[in-house]
Amino acid sequence: MSCEPWQCAEIAATKKANPITKPEVAVALIKRATRPILIVGSNATERWMGGKQLIDYLIDFAKASKVPVVATAHMVGEFLKRGYEPAGFMSAMDIGNRLVDPSWQGLDGKGHPDLAMFVGLPYYMEALILAGLKHFSPDLKTMTLDNLYHPHASWSYPNATLEDWAIS
Amino acid sequence: MTSKNVHVRIGEMKTRIGHIKNLELSIGKVIDDSWAEPMGPTPMPGLTTLRDWDMKLLNKYKPFYMPDCDLCCLCTYGKCDLTAGKRGACGLDIGAQSSRIVLLACSIGAATHTGHARHVVDHLIEKYGRRFPLDVGGLNVKVEAPVTRLVTGIKPETLGDLDEVLEYCEKQITHLLSVAHTGQEASNLDFESKAFHAGRIDQVGMEVADIAQISVFDFPKADPEAPLVEMGIGTVDTSKPVIMCIGHNVVPSVGIIDYMKDNNIADKLEVVGLCCTAIDNTRYFKRGKIVGPISWQLRFIRGGFADVVVLDEQCVRTDASLEAERVKAPVIAASEKNCIGFKNRTNDPADEIVADLVSGKVPGVLILDPEKVGEVAVKVARQIASIRKNMKKLPELDEIKRLSKTCRQCNICRRSCPQDLKIPAALKAAAEDNFAPLTDLYEECIGCGRCEEACPVKLEIHSFIVKAGERSMMEEKNYCRAGRGAIQDIEIRSVGGPIVLGEIPGIVAVVGCANYPHGGKDVYDICREFALRRFIVVTTGCSAMSAGSYKNEEGKTLYEEFTGDFAAGGVINAGSCVSNPHIAGAAIKVANIFAKRPLRGNYEEIADYIHNRVGAVGLAWGAYSQKAASIAAGFWSLGVPVLVGPHGSKYRRMLLGREDKAENWEVYDARTGEKVNVGPTPEHLFQTVETPQECMVAIAKLCIRPNDTWKGRSIKLSHYIDLHKRYYGTMPRDLNLFVRTMADVPMTMKDEITAILDAKGWKETVIPDPTLLPRMIRKKKE
Repeated sequence: MSCEPWQCAEIAATKKANPITKPEVAVALIKRATRPILIVGSNATERWMGGKQLIDYLIDFAKASKVPVVATAHMVGEFLKRGYEPAGFMSAMDIGNRLVDPSWQGLDGKGHPDLAMFVGLPYYMEALILAGLKHFSPDLKTMTLDNLYHPHASWSYPNATLEDWAIS
Repeated sequence: MTSKNVHVRIGEMKTRIGHIKNLELSIGKVIDDSWAEPMGPTPMPGLTTLRDWDMKLLNKYKPFYMPDCDLCCLCTYGKCDLTAGKRGACGLDIGAQSSRIVLLACSIGAATHTGHARHVVDHLIEKYGRRFPLDVGGLNVKVEAPVTRLVTGIKPETLGDLDEVLEYCEKQITHLLSVAHTGQEASNLDFESKAFHAGRIDQVGMEVADIAQISVFDFPKADPEAPLVEMGIGTVDTSKPVIMCIGHNVVPSVGIIDYMKDNNIADKLEVVGLCCTAIDNTRYFKRGKIVGPISWQLRFIRGGFADVVVLDEQCVRTDASLEAERVKAPVIAASEKNCIGFKNRTNDPADEIVADLVSGKVPGVLILDPEKVGEVAVKVARQIASIRKNMKKLPELDEIKRLSKTCRQCNICRRSCPQDLKIPAALKAAAEDNFAPLTDLYEECIGCGRCEEACPVKLEIHSFIVKAGERSMMEEKNYCRAGRGAIQDIEIRSVGGPIVLGEIPGIVAVVGCANYPHGGKDVYDICREFALRRFIVVTTGCSAMSAGSYKNEEGKTLYEEFTGDFAAGGVINAGSCVSNPHIAGAAIKVANIFAKRPLRGNYEEIADYIHNRVGAVGLAWGAYSQKAASIAAGFWSLGVPVLVGPHGSKYRRMLLGREDKAENWEVYDARTGEKVNVGPTPEHLFQTVETPQECMVAIAKLCIRPNDTWKGRSIKLSHYIDLHKRYYGTMPRDLNLFVRTMADVPMTMKDEITAILDAKGWKETVIPDPTLLPRMIRKKKE
């Protein structure tokens, strides 16, 4: 469980993510947020844990927490196949670009998100979008739910195996 | 041509006055303006000439920055922490710093192509003279240099004319690079505008390089039926001596091929290439073979196939010489830009150099005379081939199994892999005699070798992967069409109307490098999908190779399955990196030849026309280089959207439109002067797409243009909706932004779409004669 960037060269961050040392931290952050949003990338169908795909866990989480989901790439189809309709779908760049715009009022038009959670994007893409948000949307809290440490997020899980991560 | 230098050289002359020897006179310039077209408003633009145009685009497509680094360390005040709004010691913030990096990348790219062009043109002028006529397609191509004409206002007719064009480019690149100096520019948008300018210059530099080499080396001249050439490691006949050329500049390869031809041994050796040199070799020599894209360098050298390695310039692995030394393959560095520390032997007798290389006295030499490169490479290859037989550096499977047992499963290889390949698991399986997981990595591996550099027990992981994939590697036997060069004027006349009206749904330019997220098959799939949909598909460079590296169910490669015509359903290989301006040139020629818009020095009007009317999209699925950045910038500046694959996010800046902001999508109707909202057409100017599925949907959508007729829009929407339903499993939610009248709605989907439009409160609007330029309004609003 290390807090080094998963990709070794991704080190140029002066402001690094706080580690989520236990799931209660993540739960508290989500509960504290008034307008959280979950952004799910294309790797959500690539990761399997206990015979179940990551996307299925995320659907369970979204249903339980009522956090609206934005599917990137072609993932909307994967959600729909499973009977879950995400709140929105757009490219990863588009959602990043909206999040740095303080006038964007969220998917429902009722206010800018105050917590953006990311999971399942290619590591380097997620890292870059998080860097963009860190620099250009300083009031937004960001959190990654991946098993890989992302220094540019506000909060990130440390590096862990999928099995350890799933348990946590 | 606007002006000409008068240059007189007298070798020796005896007169009554005296004996004259080696006299050179240069009498300045004589205006020789035989080009009837009047000069447009912006010939040879400077840094700010087209700033207003750039700002129009940048206002519509605002930069979204994703800084790869929080710091600036370019001057000794630094390092400065620019995190989240902090300014550095020079006063720059992270937005401007990010755009400065974009400018630097684009300037490097433009300098590289222009430097390439300078070498080619100087070499050809020295050999063939300044008056050597340019010919890129005979009578079929009267607009021989559309980009050069558009940007500079010069109509080049001879090699000497290209010299003047390059002087302009070199001056601009110097200014552009100077802007990146500390304290030169403050606004991110001004940096961006200058990056666009670098793109314009880059397009000119590339065009100069390609039309010079097409004209002199007699490459295929706008030939839709350019020959099919063999491609893939499996096509290399290793019973013959093999000369491998890596890089982008064909001049040394021409020296090799000419020497073989002159000595009647053209069929006695194999001349193979990697990266763009490979493409250009096959434009010059039918028997030349393409090994593969840039990422194949390590696997080919370590596989021991090459008896001599000739390195020219650009995208050459800087450790290629070290890798070649390991397999006892002598190296010839042939470019002054890439000397590799070797001794300059240009002026030594060829046979002495040959002896030193064959004996192993030196591992490599620098030779800056392409003819001598030819002689030395051929002689060394013939003498050393038999000695080198079986000299490869790939381990046997037993050895891989043994070594894999030493793997500590520390994960550092995986964490260093740009693809996040599951190398530790594959090594664990190999240690247990199961090589299948290692074999599976072969297709996705981009051949960077970072895994080996990271490995604490020094396992040669890349070699393991190549060995495990050896069977696939040796079965790589495909065809690529030799680069055809320009698009014929008559082809433009045939397709201009259908493109502008939208009936040919789009031009998809699949270009650039091989830094693919999951192998080259995605490129093939994307090209085939759009060719089957009767878009015009154009490829260049490494993407052209990947497009031809897979076969359909009938065993045909893409170039065998589809014609090479610039027409609906055609798949064209324009050529190497420097052939990209033929794609931009095709769009420019649609405006000029089909729509009769003046071309000469008339950049803004032509770009406005292309942006609003020509449904072209660039895709650099594996873009990695600064050159790819400058190529993209040349298309941005013309208003042509460019997509990059996931690794392209590392360019750190996107140019994104906001479909939810209606005010961004207004154009003038040139007929009335009224402002009309045309929706997000096209939505973005530069965007990263994450998966091939997303890419295909985005391509179809980005081909939509304000000028589409109802029939054209209907066709384009049917492709967009069809791909969206296939890959996203649902109807697009934004159709209300693209339907202007009910006639736009594809007939077969009318009920479904009408329901969506009703739910969105859609209202009918007009189809304008679109322009972003107030001066193009024919009737002023009262």
